[in-house]
Amino acid sequence: MFPFPVAPPDIPEVIKMVPLHYYLFLSTALFVIGIIGVLTRRNAIVIFMSVELMLNAVNLLLIAFSSYRSDPNAQVFVFFVMAVAAAEVAVGLAIIVMIYRNTRNTDIGFLKKLKW
Amino acid sequence: MSVSLLLLIPLLPFAGFLINGLGFKRIPNSAAGGLGVLAALGSFAASLYAFSLFKENGSETVIAPVFDWISVGTLNIPFSFQIDQLSLLMLLIITGVGSLIHIYSLGYMKHDEGFGKFFAYLNLFLFFMLLLVMGSNYVMMFIGWEGVGLCSYLLIGFWNRNTSYNNAARKAFIMNRIGDLGFLLGIFAIIAAFGSVEFSEIFAKAGAFSVGDPVIVTITLLLFVGAMGKSAQIPLYTWLPDAMAGPTPVSALIHAATMVTAGIYMVIRSNVLYSLAPVTLEVVAIIGAATAILGASIGLLQNDIKKVLAYSTVSQLGYMFIALGVAAYSASMFHVITHAFFKALLFLGAGSVIHAMSDEQDIRQMGGLRKHLPVTFITFLIATWAISGLPPFAGFFSKDEILAHAFAHNKVLWGLGILGSVMTSFYMFRLLFLTFFGEFRGTEAQAHHLHESPSSMTIPLIILAVLSAAGGFIGVPEVLHGSNQLAAFMSPLFEGARKVNPGLFAPIGLSHSTEYMLMGISVGAALLAAIAAYVIYVQRGSVPAPESVERRGLEKLVYNKYYIDELYEAVFVKPVRILSDVLWSFGEFVIDLFVEGFGALVIFLSGKARKLQTGFTGYYIFAMVLGIVLFLFWNLVVKHNSAFKDLL
Repeated sequence: MFPFPVAPPDIPEVIKMVPLHYYLFLSTALFVIGIIGVLTRRNAIVIFMSVELMLNAVNLLLIAFSSYRSDPNAQVFVFFVMAVAAAEVAVGLAIIVMIYRNTRNTDIGFLKKLKW
Repeated sequence: MSVSLLLLIPLLPFAGFLINGLGFKRIPNSAAGGLGVLAALGSFAASLYAFSLFKENGSETVIAPVFDWISVGTLNIPFSFQIDQLSLLMLLIITGVGSLIHIYSLGYMKHDEGFGKFFAYLNLFLFFMLLLVMGSNYVMMFIGWEGVGLCSYLLIGFWNRNTSYNNAARKAFIMNRIGDLGFLLGIFAIIAAFGSVEFSEIFAKAGAFSVGDPVIVTITLLLFVGAMGKSAQIPLYTWLPDAMAGPTPVSALIHAATMVTAGIYMVIRSNVLYSLAPVTLEVVAIIGAATAILGASIGLLQNDIKKVLAYSTVSQLGYMFIALGVAAYSASMFHVITHAFFKALLFLGAGSVIHAMSDEQDIRQMGGLRKHLPVTFITFLIATWAISGLPPFAGFFSKDEILAHAFAHNKVLWGLGILGSVMTSFYMFRLLFLTFFGEFRGTEAQAHHLHESPSSMTIPLIILAVLSAAGGFIGVPEVLHGSNQLAAFMSPLFEGARKVNPGLFAPIGLSHSTEYMLMGISVGAALLAAIAAYVIYVQRGSVPAPESVERRGLEKLVYNKYYIDELYEAVFVKPVRILSDVLWSFGEFVIDLFVEGFGALVIFLSGKARKLQTGFTGYYIFAMVLGIVLFLFWNLVVKHNSAFKDLL
């Protein structure tokens, strides 16, 4: 269906032990779990965890492609994503903590004052 | 005569205006008044000096260019001054009478909160009036012409908390604008015909036109429309009586002595053109005579002291136009001068009376004031005597000269002049007797308050009274063993006119006995009218009926000023109002429909669209996911799949 890149012949055997489409299925599954978690859960912390899951599904995919193409750029990129995600988690959790302190609640349905 | 001296004459009042106008409210009243008076006096001194220099240099016309102003194609309009007999006479009147009125205002306006503003406006008026008479071309005259109109507007509406005063100011301004349009068209016609606006160039080229040339007739008629507006002639005179809403010194300065004579100045200045157009001169004479009679007849029944004087001014301006119409230009100027003296005096005297009467202007409430206001009474008497044309005061000589010329030209014109003079004498003595003789008819409070005005007001009255008494001696006619110095002084002005139309200036050829007879008739008639007024208002002591009494027939017609105001209201004002209402409602409806419609549409649509913002976080996330899915579907599936090719 999609024109997948053909793996170059000189990649090590140990990497070829797990085919690329396994990684693809795994990260897609993780990503969909994350989306469903975000859409269905109402607890802010769980939604947050689901977002992290989606983020890491993408990271995993990046790493897999990078290995199969013998291209280290994506691995560097993933480190950046992880660093930024860590910073984002710090800020996001701090916000959730503040919301909890003020409302004794982390239900996103509860915070709906910002509207028309 | 240096340019700097000439520049000083208008610039002194302008400096006074700038200082008083910009520093209004910060400059104490004493300083503001002193400054205004000093500016006027300084200008007067400079004018006197210019006059003496002019005499010394053998009465040569001086044209002093200040700077190049407008230069378009072949048309060149310099900013320059022309000093000759005519502008010098006007300069002396404007600055001389103007200074006296400034001094008078010190006393009259003392308790007014707008004291500094008043002096700023007066000085600005002087500036524009001086520009008007000093300019060496029609465009500079026009600037002055518009400027004095503006000052007139500002000063009529000086007490701007009163709506009817504001309306009077607007009326004056609008009627003047109608005249100004004629004047402006006249200037354009001059540019088209002569390619220049400089007096000296135009009058030099005028010789090329024959007498009665339609181009010249058109130009002079258009210019005369301007004069009608500014000098309050039929049909544009109704603003002048209403202009009495302004403070009394303003009435004296602007609406009696100076601004309203601008039209006469303009005609005398353009005498070469007017002499080439006998048709226009006839029109001028007829309108002048009609205005003289109309103004005087309305004056007969007015009961407001300033209104009587206003109609008297309209009537006297009519006399000046009669003189212009019979090409007696110097006689007209003579009347301008004497009228400036006695009419300013009458207005200032009236101001003194109003001041003493606690702002009462109705002569039915006055009476017996001569005991309380002796100086005002004597000066007012002199002025009344002068305006009535009784010898030996100023009005006699000037009016007599006009009537003699009118007689030589056309007997009917003379008859109308005599009729006007009889009425003038009657209404002026009526005013005098009702105000100063008999018993006091006002309230107790007013009687208690009666007092002679302070010396700052009486001294100008006395000086003007002397001038009104003696001012006529500058033009004693030859028949009375005088030499008519004024006519001799002014005669170089009319040399150009004499060259282009010699027939107009033929000696009037009245024998001495005829002249004596004419004088006898006019003096006798005026005296009879004065005696009649004495019998009615002093001996019988009758007082005009109060407002509530129903008047009948002719009396009602005259008392209501021939319903001219009502006529104009119905014929001009109402239709314009209706038209503007229609246009306004058109704008209100069509334009507002567009503008407000767009606004309403945006408000409506955004009112719907904002409901999308529900505030539920889950909803936003769902929308986001849906968006991403659609986006991916489009980019990855639709774009690359042949199954969808037909759709694209």
